[in-house]
Amino acid sequence: MVPPADGRGVLVYCEVEGGRLAPLALEVLGVGRRLASALGQELGAVLIGEGVAPLASEVIVHGADKVYVGEAGLLCEYVLELYLPVVEEAIEQAQPAILLFGHTLVGRELAPWTAFRRGVVASMDCVALEIDPHTKRLLMTRPVYGGNAQAVQVSMGDPQVATVRAKTMAPAVKDHGRYGQVVELKAGGRLPAPRVKVLERKAEPGTRVKLEEARVVVAGGRGIGSASGFKQLEELAGLLGGAVGATRPPCDAKWAKESQQIGITGRIVGPELYIAVALSGASQHLAGCSAAKVIVAINKDPEANIFHVVDYGIADDWKAVVPALLSCLRARTDKETEGIWR
Amino acid sequence: MKQVLDPEMPLSLFRIDPETKSALPARGAPPVLSPFDENALEAALRIKDDEKAKVTVITLGRRLVRAVVTASLAAGADELLLLEDASFNEFDPFLTASALAAAIRKRGPYDLVLCGLQAADTNAGLVPIGIACLLGVTCLTGAREVRLKEESVVVARSLAYGYEVLEAPCPAVVTVTYEVGSLREPGVEAFMSASAKPVIVWTAADLELEQAGMAGGRTEILRMEVPVRASRCEILEGESVQAKAEQLVSRLQQAKVI
Repeated sequence: MVPPADGRGVLVYCEVEGGRLAPLALEVLGVGRRLASALGQELGAVLIGEGVAPLASEVIVHGADKVYVGEAGLLCEYVLELYLPVVEEAIEQAQPAILLFGHTLVGRELAPWTAFRRGVVASMDCVALEIDPHTKRLLMTRPVYGGNAQAVQVSMGDPQVATVRAKTMAPAVKDHGRYGQVVELKAGGRLPAPRVKVLERKAEPGTRVKLEEARVVVAGGRGIGSASGFKQLEELAGLLGGAVGATRPPCDAKWAKESQQIGITGRIVGPELYIAVALSGASQHLAGCSAAKVIVAINKDPEANIFHVVDYGIADDWKAVVPALLSCLRARTDKETEGIWR
Repeated sequence: MKQVLDPEMPLSLFRIDPETKSALPARGAPPVLSPFDENALEAALRIKDDEKAKVTVITLGRRLVRAVVTASLAAGADELLLLEDASFNEFDPFLTASALAAAIRKRGPYDLVLCGLQAADTNAGLVPIGIACLLGVTCLTGAREVRLKEESVVVARSLAYGYEVLEAPCPAVVTVTYEVGSLREPGVEAFMSASAKPVIVWTAADLELEQAGMAGGRTEILRMEVPVRASRCEILEGESVQAKAEQLVSRLQQAKVI
């Protein structure tokens, strides 16, 4: 481990998904640009993979002054041991004051490894990042205690490493007038033989992505009371083109699948619309859905904690409310279809 | 396995100590073992179900409630190693990882270190990677299934669009998610025999941690706050449930989310 050194500028890691910049990469670029401008310093970006070089111009358009490209056939898919030396090569070249990753499977590994190996500690899952106007250090806000509290912390050394929670930062704004520099990383030539072998990698259509990517999520809690209750939520979600999630008790009771659990100990979602049905609003659960744009609660207990954190509430029994919503939504769909034929 | 404040406890019991900038123990809500760490113990016990294995649970903290932490023995662990010291701090992952790595080394040869993906209080997932970094071994994160195969560990983990199966040589650190499955309920026999199982207590001095200190590299917590939740909720009123539902649909249409 090397002692922390004083860095300059901001370096962000841009994740690539299916040959394109991941949505979270644009958010990380957005916050990186804002912080670099606040410091009056450069924004660097790291792109790693096979065939990623053409994306460099898009990264520049989205705010980067310099793009470090690690391009090699071996890097076609993420493997920690192969990606880590390439990221570290970019860090050695850029010597950044701030180093940002998205809080994904990849960032959750690369951020702690790069930080520990530089004698600093990464701040994980940040929901706000600001430059302290006096000290010029990075103020990193992150939820702790299952979302019951938020800690604002600073790193005592450089680089100040953080991961960014999806959908908490404004995505970068495109500016076609920008220009920047592309730096090729040599890492491709001297990748180590990894100790970890990938035995198998398979797509599982539909199962995993759905909740995280759904525009609408309908979540049920203990008050749903049965597996057949969840069938009704499926119907509601189906009409809205969404997916169904759950709090922990319904998963424990097997009314819903483990993979449907939303919360700190399950999935983290950030849909346009989140409908919380018959759930009390434990912080543990709310931390998994607080990034939603609009939250609705349906709960017969008007004192339930959930009503403190939502935009719209119906304080009534879900067994009456959900069928009423279904009929409203069906009537609306019929009307729209009529409109097309008119 | 970490002892944490119950993440499911009512918000009304949650208090921050402004002095230490951390949560105060809650009266009426006893601490629990961190949920992902329970999954990690379950993964270990499943390996033990299939082959000859010894499962040691390590728990680290300032003040460990014996009734809480010995639950791991009742569930089927063979021994419990408690690292207890007033100097420990859950918000110093480097110190925590150093103490755990030192304890693992001191305890002797091991094949696999299993941890939860992240703790329910600090929500970071740094310590397992810190342990791997300090022990010089690999760390596979976010496993949904863990198996031992001869001299290596085989792990399945979920990806955004599917899953992958990874193999790493032992020893290794592996972190698990809830997908592994819940910790088994202790059987009567295991429960009865738990009190006879060894519990070892070590302090920071036993681990010779003083040289692990690292100048200037840590993070410092400036503030710890309970977020102010401005109640902006509009409770939809109406003569009937149908009227309320209609109002909701029209609000959601105005907000352009449906």
